[in-house]
Amino acid sequence: MSEPVLDVRGVVKVFGDNAVLRGVDLAVGEHQVVALIGGSGSGKSTLLRCASLLETVDDGQVLLDGEDVTDPRIDADQVRRRMGVVFQAYNLFPHLSVLDNVTLAPTVVHGRPKAEVRDEAMALLTRIGLAEKAGEYPDRLSGGQQQRVAIVRALAVRPRVLLLDEITSALDPELVGEVLAVVREVAAQGMTIVMATHEMGFARQVADTVAFLDGGVVLESGPPQQVLGDPVEARTRQFLSRVIDAGRL
Amino acid sequence: MDQGVGLPEPSALELSRRAWRRSRARRSTLIGLLSTLVFAVVAYLVVTNAPGWPRVQTTFFSPSVAWESLPLILEGLWLNLQVLVLGGFLVLVVGLLVSLTRTLRGAALAPLRILATAYVDLFRGMPLIIVLYLVGFGFPALGLQGMPTSPFVLGTVAIVLVYGAYVAEVFRAGIESVHPSQRAAARSLGLNHRQTMRIVVLPQALRTVTPALLNDFIALQKDVGLISVLGALDAVRQAQILVGQSFNFTPYVVAGLLFVLLAIPSARVADAVSARARRRQQSGSLL
Ligand SMILES: Nc1ncnc2c1ncn2[C@@H]1O[C@H](COP(=O)(O)OP(=O)(O)OP(=O)(O)O)[C@@H](O)[C@H]1O
Ligand SMILES: [Mg+2]
Repeated sequence: MSEPVLDVRGVVKVFGDNAVLRGVDLAVGEHQVVALIGGSGSGKSTLLRCASLLETVDDGQVLLDGEDVTDPRIDADQVRRRMGVVFQAYNLFPHLSVLDNVTLAPTVVHGRPKAEVRDEAMALLTRIGLAEKAGEYPDRLSGGQQQRVAIVRALAVRPRVLLLDEITSALDPELVGEVLAVVREVAAQGMTIVMATHEMGFARQVADTVAFLDGGVVLESGPPQQVLGDPVEARTRQFLSRVIDAGRL
Repeated sequence: MDQGVGLPEPSALELSRRAWRRSRARRSTLIGLLSTLVFAVVAYLVVTNAPGWPRVQTTFFSPSVAWESLPLILEGLWLNLQVLVLGGFLVLVVGLLVSLTRTLRGAALAPLRILATAYVDLFRGMPLIIVLYLVGFGFPALGLQGMPTSPFVLGTVAIVLVYGAYVAEVFRAGIESVHPSQRAAARSLGLNHRQTMRIVVLPQALRTVTPALLNDFIALQKDVGLISVLGALDAVRQAQILVGQSFNFTPYVVAGLLFVLLAIPSARVADAVSARARRRQQSGSLL
Protein backbone atom coordinates (compact mmCIF):
# COMPACT_ATOMS: atom_id res chain seq x y z
CA MET A 1 0.00 0.00 0.00
CA SER A 2 1.29 3.46 -0.90
CA GLU A 3 1.02 6.35 1.54
CA PRO A 4 -2.41 6.33 3.20
CA VAL A 5 -4.81 9.14 2.32
CA LEU A 6 -6.02 9.28 5.89
CA ASP A 7 -3.80 8.08 8.69
CA VAL A 8 -5.07 8.13 12.25
CA ARG A 9 -2.26 7.55 14.75
CA GLY A 10 -2.85 6.99 18.44
CA VAL A 11 -5.78 9.39 18.62
CA VAL A 12 -7.10 10.08 22.10
CA LYS A 13 -10.33 11.94 22.85
CA VAL A 14 -11.58 12.62 26.35
CA PHE A 15 -14.94 14.09 27.33
CA GLY A 16 -14.73 15.14 30.96
CA ASP A 17 -13.57 11.97 32.70
CA ASN A 18 -14.74 9.73 29.87
CA ALA A 19 -11.83 8.70 27.65
CA VAL A 20 -13.82 7.77 24.56
CA LEU A 21 -10.80 7.18 22.30
CA ARG A 22 -7.70 5.77 23.98
CA GLY A 23 -5.25 5.57 21.12
CA VAL A 24 -6.94 4.73 17.84
CA ASP A 25 -4.81 3.70 14.86
CA LEU A 26 -6.37 3.48 11.45
CA ALA A 27 -4.76 3.83 8.04
CA VAL A 28 -6.94 4.30 4.99
CA GLY A 29 -5.28 3.84 1.61
CA GLU A 30 -6.28 5.47 -1.65
CA HIS A 31 -9.52 4.01 -3.13
CA GLN A 32 -10.06 2.02 0.04
CA VAL A 33 -13.39 1.65 1.79
CA VAL A 34 -13.13 1.19 5.53
CA ALA A 35 -16.17 0.28 7.60
CA LEU A 36 -16.06 1.29 11.25
CA ILE A 37 -18.16 -0.97 13.42
CA GLY A 38 -18.69 -1.07 17.15
CA GLY A 39 -21.33 -0.80 19.81
CA SER A 40 -23.31 2.29 20.53
CA GLY A 41 -21.10 4.75 22.38
CA SER A 42 -17.89 3.04 21.25
CA GLY A 43 -16.70 6.30 19.69
CA LYS A 44 -17.31 5.85 15.96
CA SER A 45 -18.84 9.29 15.58
CA THR A 46 -16.21 10.81 17.81
CA LEU A 47 -13.45 9.32 15.67
CA LEU A 48 -14.99 10.68 12.48
CA ARG A 49 -15.50 14.08 14.09
CA CYS A 50 -11.86 14.12 15.16
CA ALA A 51 -10.75 13.14 11.67
CA SER A 52 -12.81 15.94 10.13
CA LEU A 53 -11.52 18.43 12.71
CA LEU A 54 -14.94 19.07 14.17
CA GLU A 55 -13.36 18.02 17.48
CA THR A 56 -9.80 18.67 18.66
CA VAL A 57 -7.95 15.51 19.54
CA ASP A 58 -6.48 15.22 23.04
CA ASP A 59 -3.51 13.25 21.81
CA GLY A 60 -2.17 11.50 18.73
CA GLN A 61 -2.23 12.65 15.14
CA VAL A 62 -4.40 12.64 12.07
CA LEU A 63 -2.53 12.79 8.78
CA LEU A 64 -4.24 13.71 5.53
CA ASP A 65 -2.03 12.90 2.57
CA GLY A 66 0.89 12.82 4.96
CA GLU A 67 0.18 16.26 6.39
CA ASP A 68 -0.45 16.49 10.13
CA VAL A 69 -3.86 18.17 10.29
CA THR A 70 -3.99 18.06 14.10
CA ASP A 71 -1.21 20.65 14.20
CA PRO A 72 -2.87 23.73 15.73
CA ARG A 73 -0.97 25.97 13.33
CA ILE A 74 -2.79 24.49 10.38
CA ASP A 75 -5.81 26.18 8.79
CA ALA A 76 -8.63 23.84 9.78
CA ASP A 77 -11.06 25.28 7.22
CA GLN A 78 -8.52 24.57 4.52
CA VAL A 79 -8.23 20.94 5.66
CA ARG A 80 -11.99 20.41 5.87
CA ARG A 81 -12.26 21.46 2.26
CA ARG A 82 -10.39 18.30 1.36
CA MET A 83 -12.83 16.02 3.14
CA GLY A 84 -16.48 15.27 2.60
CA VAL A 85 -18.64 14.47 5.59
CA VAL A 86 -22.17 13.15 5.82
CA PHE A 87 -23.91 12.76 9.17
CA GLN A 88 -26.83 10.72 10.37
CA ALA A 89 -29.31 13.57 9.90
CA TYR A 90 -29.72 17.35 9.61
CA ASN A 91 -27.23 17.46 6.77
CA LEU A 92 -29.02 19.67 4.29
CA PHE A 93 -29.66 23.35 4.84
CA PRO A 94 -33.45 23.69 4.97
CA HIS A 95 -33.51 27.27 3.67
CA LEU A 96 -31.60 26.43 0.50
CA SER A 97 -32.83 24.46 -2.49
CA VAL A 98 -31.30 21.09 -3.28
CA LEU A 99 -29.17 22.61 -6.02
CA ASP A 100 -28.02 25.49 -3.82
CA ASN A 101 -27.10 23.00 -1.12
CA VAL A 102 -24.87 21.18 -3.57
CA THR A 103 -23.30 24.25 -5.19
CA LEU A 104 -22.75 26.22 -1.97
CA ALA A 105 -19.32 24.94 -0.97
CA PRO A 106 -17.80 24.74 -4.47
CA THR A 107 -18.77 28.35 -5.20
CA VAL A 108 -18.45 30.04 -1.82
CA VAL A 109 -15.55 28.07 -0.38
CA HIS A 110 -13.63 27.04 -3.46
CA GLY A 111 -14.54 30.09 -5.49
CA ARG A 112 -15.25 28.10 -8.62
CA PRO A 113 -17.35 29.62 -11.45
CA LYS A 114 -21.09 29.31 -10.82
CA ALA A 115 -22.10 27.95 -14.22
CA GLU A 116 -19.49 25.21 -14.19
CA VAL A 117 -20.37 24.15 -10.63
CA ARG A 118 -24.04 24.16 -11.52
CA ASP A 119 -23.57 21.87 -14.51
CA GLU A 120 -21.47 19.54 -12.45
CA ALA A 121 -24.02 19.51 -9.63
CA MET A 122 -26.84 18.76 -12.07
CA ALA A 123 -24.79 15.90 -13.51
CA LEU A 124 -24.28 14.49 -10.01
CA LEU A 125 -27.96 14.88 -9.18
CA THR A 126 -28.87 13.18 -12.42
CA ARG A 127 -26.66 10.26 -11.52
CA ILE A 128 -28.59 9.67 -8.30
CA GLY A 129 -31.90 10.22 -10.08
CA LEU A 130 -32.80 13.45 -8.35
CA ALA A 131 -32.26 15.98 -11.13
CA GLU A 132 -35.94 16.92 -11.13
CA LYS A 133 -35.73 17.75 -7.42
CA ALA A 134 -32.97 20.33 -7.94
CA GLY A 135 -35.28 23.26 -7.25
CA GLU A 136 -37.06 21.71 -4.28
CA TYR A 137 -36.38 22.50 -0.64
CA PRO A 138 -35.07 19.65 1.51
CA ASP A 139 -38.25 19.29 3.57
CA ARG A 140 -40.09 18.24 0.42
CA LEU A 141 -37.76 15.26 0.01
CA SER A 142 -37.93 11.87 1.68
CA GLY A 143 -35.24 11.02 4.20
CA GLY A 144 -33.52 8.75 1.72
CA GLN A 145 -33.53 11.41 -0.97
CA GLN A 146 -32.12 13.91 1.50
CA GLN A 147 -29.25 11.63 2.40
CA ARG A 148 -28.50 10.98 -1.27
CA VAL A 149 -28.33 14.71 -1.86
CA ALA A 150 -26.08 15.03 1.21
CA ILE A 151 -23.66 12.53 -0.33
CA VAL A 152 -23.68 14.40 -3.61
CA ARG A 153 -23.09 17.65 -1.78
CA ALA A 154 -20.07 16.15 -0.02
CA LEU A 155 -18.75 14.88 -3.35
CA ALA A 156 -19.20 18.25 -5.06
CA VAL A 157 -16.10 19.62 -3.35
CA ARG A 158 -14.05 16.74 -4.83
CA PRO A 159 -12.83 15.52 -1.46
CA ARG A 160 -9.79 13.30 -0.93
CA VAL A 161 -11.78 11.19 1.48
CA LEU A 162 -15.46 10.78 2.27
CA LEU A 163 -16.46 10.30 5.92
CA LEU A 164 -19.92 8.80 6.45
CA ASP A 165 -21.40 8.56 9.92
CA GLU A 166 -24.27 6.08 10.04
CA ILE A 167 -25.95 7.84 7.21
CA THR A 168 -28.79 5.32 7.03
CA SER A 169 -29.56 4.84 10.70
CA ALA A 170 -32.21 7.58 10.83
CA LEU A 171 -34.02 6.15 7.80
CA ASP A 172 -36.98 3.85 7.39
CA PRO A 173 -35.76 0.40 6.34
CA GLU A 174 -37.16 0.70 2.82
CA LEU A 175 -35.11 3.86 2.20
CA VAL A 176 -31.80 2.39 3.31
CA GLY A 177 -31.22 0.55 0.05
CA GLU A 178 -31.31 3.59 -2.22
CA VAL A 179 -28.78 5.42 -0.06
CA LEU A 180 -26.44 2.46 0.15
CA ALA A 181 -26.68 2.08 -3.62
CA VAL A 182 -25.26 5.57 -4.01
CA VAL A 183 -22.43 4.79 -1.58
CA ARG A 184 -21.71 1.61 -3.50
CA GLU A 185 -21.48 3.52 -6.75
CA VAL A 186 -19.26 6.20 -5.25
CA ALA A 187 -16.99 3.48 -3.88
CA ALA A 188 -16.89 1.78 -7.27
CA GLN A 189 -15.72 5.05 -8.81
CA GLY A 190 -12.66 4.86 -6.57
CA MET A 191 -13.52 7.30 -3.78
CA THR A 192 -11.70 6.71 -0.52
CA ILE A 193 -14.35 6.18 2.16
CA VAL A 194 -14.52 5.74 5.91
CA MET A 195 -17.98 4.87 7.10
CA ALA A 196 -19.36 4.17 10.53
CA THR A 197 -22.19 1.75 10.02
CA HIS A 198 -24.55 -0.72 11.62
CA GLU A 199 -25.28 -2.31 8.25
CA MET A 200 -23.02 -5.36 8.53
CA GLY A 201 -24.29 -6.87 5.31
CA PHE A 202 -23.37 -3.74 3.41
CA ALA A 203 -19.97 -3.54 5.13
CA ARG A 204 -19.29 -7.11 4.07
CA GLN A 205 -20.10 -6.38 0.43
CA VAL A 206 -18.51 -2.97 -0.05
CA ALA A 207 -15.73 -2.53 2.49
CA ASP A 208 -12.13 -3.53 1.87
CA THR A 209 -11.41 -3.32 5.57
CA VAL A 210 -13.64 -3.61 8.59
CA ALA A 211 -12.38 -2.01 11.80
CA PHE A 212 -13.99 -2.94 15.09
CA LEU A 213 -13.85 -0.14 17.64
CA ASP A 214 -14.06 -1.21 21.26
CA GLY A 215 -12.80 0.19 24.55
CA GLY A 216 -11.45 3.26 22.81
CA VAL A 217 -9.15 1.38 20.40
CA VAL A 218 -9.42 -0.47 17.10
CA LEU A 219 -9.52 -3.91 18.62
CA GLU A 220 -9.52 -5.81 15.39
CA SER A 221 -9.37 -4.93 11.72
CA GLY A 222 -9.01 -6.76 8.48
CA PRO A 223 -10.92 -7.95 5.43
CA PRO A 224 -14.66 -8.23 6.05
CA GLN A 225 -14.75 -12.01 5.61
CA GLN A 226 -12.23 -12.37 8.40
CA VAL A 227 -13.48 -9.75 10.88
CA LEU A 228 -17.15 -10.43 10.34
CA GLY A 229 -16.87 -14.14 9.53
CA ASP A 230 -14.08 -15.41 11.74
CA PRO A 231 -13.11 -12.78 14.28
CA VAL A 232 -10.03 -13.34 16.42
CA GLU A 233 -11.14 -11.32 19.42
CA ALA A 234 -13.76 -12.57 21.84
CA ARG A 235 -15.21 -9.04 22.12
CA THR A 236 -15.72 -8.90 18.38
CA ARG A 237 -17.52 -12.24 18.44
CA GLN A 238 -19.73 -11.00 21.28
CA PHE A 239 -20.57 -7.83 19.41
CA LEU A 240 -21.37 -9.69 16.20
CA SER A 241 -23.58 -12.21 17.94
CA ARG A 242 -25.54 -9.35 19.49
CA VAL A 243 -25.90 -7.82 16.05
CA ILE A 244 -27.04 -11.14 14.60
CA ASP A 245 -29.60 -11.45 17.37
CA ALA A 246 -30.86 -8.02 16.44
CA GLY A 247 -31.26 -9.31 12.89
CA ARG A 248 -28.86 -6.90 11.23
CA LEU A 249 -26.38 -9.27 9.64
CA MET B 1 -55.61 6.93 -6.66
CA ASP B 2 -56.35 3.65 -8.41
CA GLN B 3 -59.82 3.59 -6.82
CA GLY B 4 -61.51 5.47 -9.64
CA VAL B 5 -61.41 9.21 -10.18
CA GLY B 6 -62.07 12.01 -7.72
CA LEU B 7 -62.67 11.86 -4.02
CA PRO B 8 -64.83 9.15 -2.48
CA GLU B 9 -68.50 10.10 -1.87
CA PRO B 10 -69.06 10.95 1.82
CA SER B 11 -71.22 8.44 3.63
CA ALA B 12 -74.48 9.32 5.35
CA LEU B 13 -72.67 9.11 8.68
CA GLU B 14 -70.04 11.62 7.57
CA LEU B 15 -72.74 13.93 6.18
CA SER B 16 -74.60 13.93 9.48
CA ARG B 17 -71.36 14.64 11.32
CA ARG B 18 -70.66 17.60 9.05
CA ALA B 19 -74.19 18.95 9.49
CA TRP B 20 -73.83 18.74 13.25
CA ARG B 21 -70.47 20.56 13.17
CA ARG B 22 -71.99 23.29 11.00
CA SER B 23 -74.94 23.86 13.30
CA ARG B 24 -72.55 23.88 16.25
CA ALA B 25 -70.40 26.52 14.55
CA ARG B 26 -73.47 28.65 13.76
CA ARG B 27 -74.66 28.46 17.33
CA SER B 28 -71.33 29.51 18.83
CA THR B 29 -71.03 32.41 16.40
CA LEU B 30 -74.48 33.56 17.40
CA ILE B 31 -73.72 33.28 21.10
CA GLY B 32 -70.49 35.18 20.58
CA LEU B 33 -72.22 37.99 18.73
CA LEU B 34 -75.00 38.28 21.26
CA SER B 35 -72.74 38.35 24.28
CA THR B 36 -70.49 40.97 22.70
CA LEU B 37 -73.50 43.11 21.94
CA VAL B 38 -74.93 42.76 25.43
CA PHE B 39 -71.59 43.63 26.97
CA ALA B 40 -71.19 46.71 24.76
CA VAL B 41 -74.66 47.98 25.58
CA VAL B 42 -74.21 47.43 29.32
CA ALA B 43 -70.80 49.13 29.30
CA TYR B 44 -72.24 52.05 27.33
CA LEU B 45 -75.16 52.47 29.71
CA VAL B 46 -73.01 52.22 32.82
CA VAL B 47 -70.49 54.77 31.57
CA THR B 48 -72.96 57.28 30.18
CA ASN B 49 -75.15 57.10 33.27
CA ALA B 50 -72.26 57.64 35.64
CA PRO B 51 -72.67 60.86 37.58
CA GLY B 52 -69.40 62.29 36.26
CA TRP B 53 -69.95 61.33 32.59
CA PRO B 54 -70.96 64.74 31.24
CA ARG B 55 -67.82 66.27 32.67
CA VAL B 56 -65.63 63.44 31.43
CA GLN B 57 -67.20 63.76 28.02
CA THR B 58 -66.31 67.42 27.72
CA THR B 59 -62.82 67.14 29.21
CA PHE B 60 -61.70 63.92 27.47
CA PHE B 61 -63.81 63.58 24.34
CA SER B 62 -64.38 67.08 23.10
CA PRO B 63 -64.61 66.96 19.27
CA SER B 64 -63.67 70.59 18.84
CA VAL B 65 -60.57 70.35 21.03
CA ALA B 66 -59.65 67.13 19.23
CA TRP B 67 -59.88 68.80 15.85
CA GLU B 68 -57.89 71.83 16.91
CA SER B 69 -55.12 69.80 18.51
CA LEU B 70 -54.76 67.34 15.65
CA PRO B 71 -52.25 69.29 13.46
CA LEU B 72 -49.74 69.88 16.25
CA ILE B 73 -50.01 66.32 17.51
CA LEU B 74 -49.53 64.97 14.01
CA GLU B 75 -46.48 67.14 13.68
CA GLY B 76 -45.19 65.63 16.90
CA LEU B 77 -46.02 62.15 15.68
CA TRP B 78 -43.77 62.74 12.69
CA LEU B 79 -40.87 63.06 15.13
CA ASN B 80 -41.92 59.81 16.80
CA LEU B 81 -41.96 58.11 13.41
CA GLN B 82 -38.45 59.31 12.67
CA VAL B 83 -37.22 57.96 16.00
CA LEU B 84 -39.07 54.73 15.28
CA VAL B 85 -37.51 54.16 11.87
CA LEU B 86 -34.00 55.24 12.76
CA GLY B 87 -34.16 53.56 16.18
CA GLY B 88 -35.70 50.38 14.81
CA PHE B 89 -32.93 50.05 12.26
CA LEU B 90 -30.18 50.72 14.82
CA VAL B 91 -31.79 48.29 17.25
CA LEU B 92 -31.51 45.53 14.65
CA VAL B 93 -27.87 46.34 13.98
CA VAL B 94 -26.93 46.52 17.67
CA GLY B 95 -28.95 43.42 18.52
CA LEU B 96 -27.37 41.41 15.74
CA LEU B 97 -23.82 42.49 16.55
CA VAL B 98 -24.22 41.84 20.26
CA SER B 99 -25.82 38.43 19.75
CA LEU B 100 -23.08 37.42 17.31
CA THR B 101 -20.46 38.57 19.78
CA ARG B 102 -22.04 36.41 22.44
CA THR B 103 -21.77 33.33 20.21
CA LEU B 104 -18.04 33.81 19.55
CA ARG B 105 -15.85 31.03 20.89
CA GLY B 106 -12.28 31.03 22.05
CA ALA B 107 -10.41 32.44 25.03
CA ALA B 108 -8.98 35.39 23.10
CA LEU B 109 -12.45 36.78 22.55
CA ALA B 110 -13.60 36.36 26.14
CA PRO B 111 -13.39 40.11 26.96
CA LEU B 112 -15.69 40.92 24.04
CA ARG B 113 -18.08 38.20 25.10
CA ILE B 114 -18.13 39.42 28.68
CA LEU B 115 -18.72 42.98 27.52
CA ALA B 116 -21.67 41.88 25.38
CA THR B 117 -23.15 39.89 28.25
CA ALA B 118 -22.74 42.79 30.66
CA TYR B 119 -24.43 45.13 28.20
CA VAL B 120 -27.40 42.82 27.84
CA ASP B 121 -27.72 42.27 31.59
CA LEU B 122 -27.54 45.97 32.31
CA PHE B 123 -29.96 47.31 29.75
CA ARG B 124 -32.44 44.50 29.81
CA GLY B 125 -32.96 45.05 33.50
CA MET B 126 -33.13 48.83 33.59
CA PRO B 127 -36.44 50.62 33.04
CA LEU B 128 -36.44 52.55 29.78
CA ILE B 129 -37.49 55.75 31.47
CA ILE B 130 -34.44 55.68 33.74
CA VAL B 131 -32.12 55.07 30.80
CA LEU B 132 -33.80 58.01 29.08
CA TYR B 133 -33.12 60.25 32.05
CA LEU B 134 -29.55 59.07 32.48
CA VAL B 135 -28.67 59.40 28.81
CA GLY B 136 -30.77 62.48 28.18
CA PHE B 137 -29.49 64.49 31.11
CA GLY B 138 -26.24 62.69 31.93
CA PHE B 139 -24.54 62.80 28.54
CA PRO B 140 -24.97 66.55 28.01
CA ALA B 141 -23.88 67.18 31.61
CA LEU B 142 -20.48 65.67 30.78
CA GLY B 143 -19.91 68.77 28.70
CA LEU B 144 -17.83 66.86 26.19
CA GLN B 145 -17.07 68.59 22.93
CA GLY B 146 -19.35 67.45 20.13
CA MET B 147 -21.74 65.67 22.49
CA PRO B 148 -25.18 66.00 20.93
CA THR B 149 -27.74 67.70 23.11
CA SER B 150 -30.84 67.27 20.98
CA PRO B 151 -33.50 65.24 22.76
CA PHE B 152 -34.18 63.53 19.44
CA VAL B 153 -30.65 62.08 19.26
CA LEU B 154 -30.34 61.32 22.97
CA GLY B 155 -33.78 59.78 23.11
CA THR B 156 -32.96 57.56 20.17
CA VAL B 157 -29.69 56.50 21.80
CA ALA B 158 -31.48 55.52 25.01
CA ILE B 159 -34.14 53.56 23.14
CA VAL B 160 -31.52 51.76 21.04
CA LEU B 161 -29.55 50.87 24.17
CA VAL B 162 -32.54 49.24 25.83
CA TYR B 163 -34.17 47.63 22.83
CA GLY B 164 -30.80 46.53 21.45
CA ALA B 165 -30.37 44.41 24.56
CA TYR B 166 -33.79 42.80 24.14
CA VAL B 167 -33.34 42.13 20.47
CA ALA B 168 -29.84 40.73 21.04
CA GLU B 169 -31.43 38.08 23.23
CA VAL B 170 -34.08 37.36 20.64
CA PHE B 171 -31.39 36.88 18.00
CA ARG B 172 -29.33 34.72 20.30
CA ALA B 173 -32.30 32.47 21.00
CA GLY B 174 -32.80 32.17 17.24
CA ILE B 175 -29.16 31.34 16.63
CA GLU B 176 -29.23 28.70 19.34
CA SER B 177 -32.41 27.19 17.95
CA VAL B 178 -30.58 26.16 14.78
CA HIS B 179 -29.61 22.52 15.17
CA PRO B 180 -25.89 22.10 15.99
CA SER B 181 -25.56 19.59 13.16
CA GLN B 182 -26.27 22.42 10.73
CA ARG B 183 -23.17 24.19 11.94
CA ALA B 184 -21.16 20.97 11.80
CA ALA B 185 -22.40 20.33 8.26
CA ALA B 186 -21.39 23.82 7.20
CA ARG B 187 -17.97 23.63 8.82
CA SER B 188 -17.31 20.21 7.35
CA LEU B 189 -17.98 21.67 3.91
CA GLY B 190 -15.11 24.04 4.61
CA LEU B 191 -17.13 27.16 5.38
CA ASN B 192 -15.43 29.29 8.01
CA HIS B 193 -17.18 30.66 11.10
CA ARG B 194 -18.25 33.84 9.39
CA GLN B 195 -19.58 32.10 6.28
CA THR B 196 -21.35 29.52 8.41
CA MET B 197 -23.13 32.26 10.35
CA ARG B 198 -24.01 34.35 7.33
CA ILE B 199 -25.09 31.65 4.91
CA VAL B 200 -26.37 28.84 7.11
CA VAL B 201 -27.20 29.86 10.67
CA LEU B 202 -28.52 33.42 10.46
CA PRO B 203 -31.03 32.86 7.65
CA GLN B 204 -32.58 30.03 9.63
CA ALA B 205 -32.43 31.97 12.89
CA LEU B 206 -34.07 35.00 11.31
CA ARG B 207 -37.03 32.96 10.17
CA THR B 208 -37.56 31.66 13.66
CA VAL B 209 -37.37 35.02 15.37
CA THR B 210 -39.30 37.21 12.94
CA PRO B 211 -42.57 36.95 14.93
CA ALA B 212 -40.79 37.86 18.17
CA LEU B 213 -39.01 40.75 16.45
CA LEU B 214 -42.30 42.11 15.17
CA ASN B 215 -43.71 42.02 18.67
CA ASP B 216 -40.76 43.99 19.94
CA PHE B 217 -41.30 46.44 17.10
CA ILE B 218 -44.87 47.03 18.25
CA ALA B 219 -43.65 47.66 21.79
CA LEU B 220 -41.08 50.07 20.35
CA GLN B 221 -43.81 51.94 18.47
CA LYS B 222 -45.39 53.14 21.68
CA ASP B 223 -42.19 53.49 23.66
CA VAL B 224 -40.90 56.10 21.23
CA GLY B 225 -43.51 58.33 22.91
CA LEU B 226 -41.31 58.33 26.01
CA ILE B 227 -38.75 60.65 24.43
CA SER B 228 -41.19 63.37 25.46
CA VAL B 229 -39.69 63.21 28.96
CA LEU B 230 -36.54 64.74 27.50
CA GLY B 231 -38.54 67.63 26.12
CA ALA B 232 -38.59 66.42 22.51
CA LEU B 233 -41.59 67.96 20.78
CA ASP B 234 -43.18 64.64 19.87
CA ALA B 235 -46.85 63.69 19.87
CA VAL B 236 -47.02 63.12 23.61
CA ARG B 237 -45.21 66.35 24.45
CA GLN B 238 -47.40 68.32 22.07
CA ALA B 239 -50.49 66.82 23.65
CA GLN B 240 -49.14 67.72 27.07
CA ILE B 241 -48.64 71.34 26.03
CA LEU B 242 -52.13 71.51 24.51
CA VAL B 243 -53.64 70.04 27.66
CA GLY B 244 -51.87 72.70 29.68
CA GLN B 245 -53.22 75.44 27.46
CA SER B 246 -56.82 74.27 27.21
CA PHE B 247 -57.31 72.50 30.56
CA ASN B 248 -58.86 69.73 28.49
CA PHE B 249 -57.52 66.18 28.31
CA THR B 250 -58.79 65.44 24.82
CA PRO B 251 -55.31 65.92 23.22
CA TYR B 252 -54.04 62.93 25.25
CA VAL B 253 -56.85 60.83 23.88
CA VAL B 254 -56.04 61.99 20.36
CA ALA B 255 -52.36 61.19 20.75
CA GLY B 256 -53.20 57.83 22.29
CA LEU B 257 -55.50 56.90 19.46
CA LEU B 258 -52.92 57.91 16.89
CA PHE B 259 -50.42 55.54 18.48
CA VAL B 260 -53.02 52.79 18.40
CA LEU B 261 -53.68 53.44 14.72
CA LEU B 262 -49.97 53.20 14.11
CA ALA B 263 -49.76 49.86 15.90
CA ILE B 264 -52.68 48.13 14.20
CA PRO B 265 -51.03 47.46 10.82
CA SER B 266 -47.90 46.12 12.54
CA ALA B 267 -50.03 43.89 14.73
CA ARG B 268 -51.77 42.42 11.67
CA VAL B 269 -48.44 41.86 9.94
CA ALA B 270 -47.11 40.15 13.07
CA ASP B 271 -50.21 37.92 13.20
CA ALA B 272 -49.84 36.94 9.57
CA VAL B 273 -46.15 36.21 9.91
CA SER B 274 -46.51 34.03 12.98
CA ALA B 275 -49.47 32.21 11.44
CA ARG B 276 -47.31 31.44 8.42
CA ALA B 277 -44.45 30.27 10.63
CA ARG B 278 -46.86 27.99 12.50
CA ARG B 279 -48.20 26.52 9.28
CA ARG B 280 -44.71 25.85 8.03
CA GLN B 281 -43.80 24.08 11.25
CA GLN B 282 -46.89 21.94 11.18
CA SER B 283 -46.65 20.82 7.58
CA GLY B 284 -42.98 20.27 6.79
CA SER B 285 -41.09 17.51 8.54
CA LEU B 286 -37.95 19.50 8.96
CA LEU B 287 -35.35 16.77 9.04
N1 LIG C 1 -19.73 16.39 22.95
C1 LIG C 1 -19.69 15.38 23.84
N2 LIG C 1 -19.60 15.65 25.15
C2 LIG C 1 -19.53 14.65 26.05
N3 LIG C 1 -19.56 13.35 25.74
C3 LIG C 1 -19.65 13.02 24.45
C4 LIG C 1 -19.73 14.02 23.43
N4 LIG C 1 -19.82 13.39 22.24
C5 LIG C 1 -19.80 12.08 22.52
N5 LIG C 1 -19.71 11.84 23.83
C6 LIG C 1 -19.62 10.54 24.48
O1 LIG C 1 -18.65 9.79 23.80
C7 LIG C 1 -19.04 8.42 23.72
C8 LIG C 1 -18.93 7.97 22.27
O2 LIG C 1 -19.92 8.63 21.50
P1 LIG C 1 -20.03 8.43 19.94
O3 LIG C 1 -21.14 9.28 19.50
O4 LIG C 1 -18.71 8.63 19.32
O5 LIG C 1 -20.42 6.89 19.85
P2 LIG C 1 -20.83 6.07 18.56
O6 LIG C 1 -19.91 4.93 18.48
O7 LIG C 1 -20.94 6.95 17.40
O8 LIG C 1 -22.24 5.53 18.99
P3 LIG C 1 -23.56 5.31 18.09
O9 LIG C 1 -23.38 4.00 17.42
O10 LIG C 1 -24.67 5.27 19.09
O11 LIG C 1 -23.68 6.47 17.16
C9 LIG C 1 -20.41 8.33 24.30
O12 LIG C 1 -20.30 7.82 25.59
C10 LIG C 1 -20.89 9.75 24.35
O13 LIG C 1 -21.73 9.95 25.45
MG1 LIG D 1 -22.53 7.71 16.23
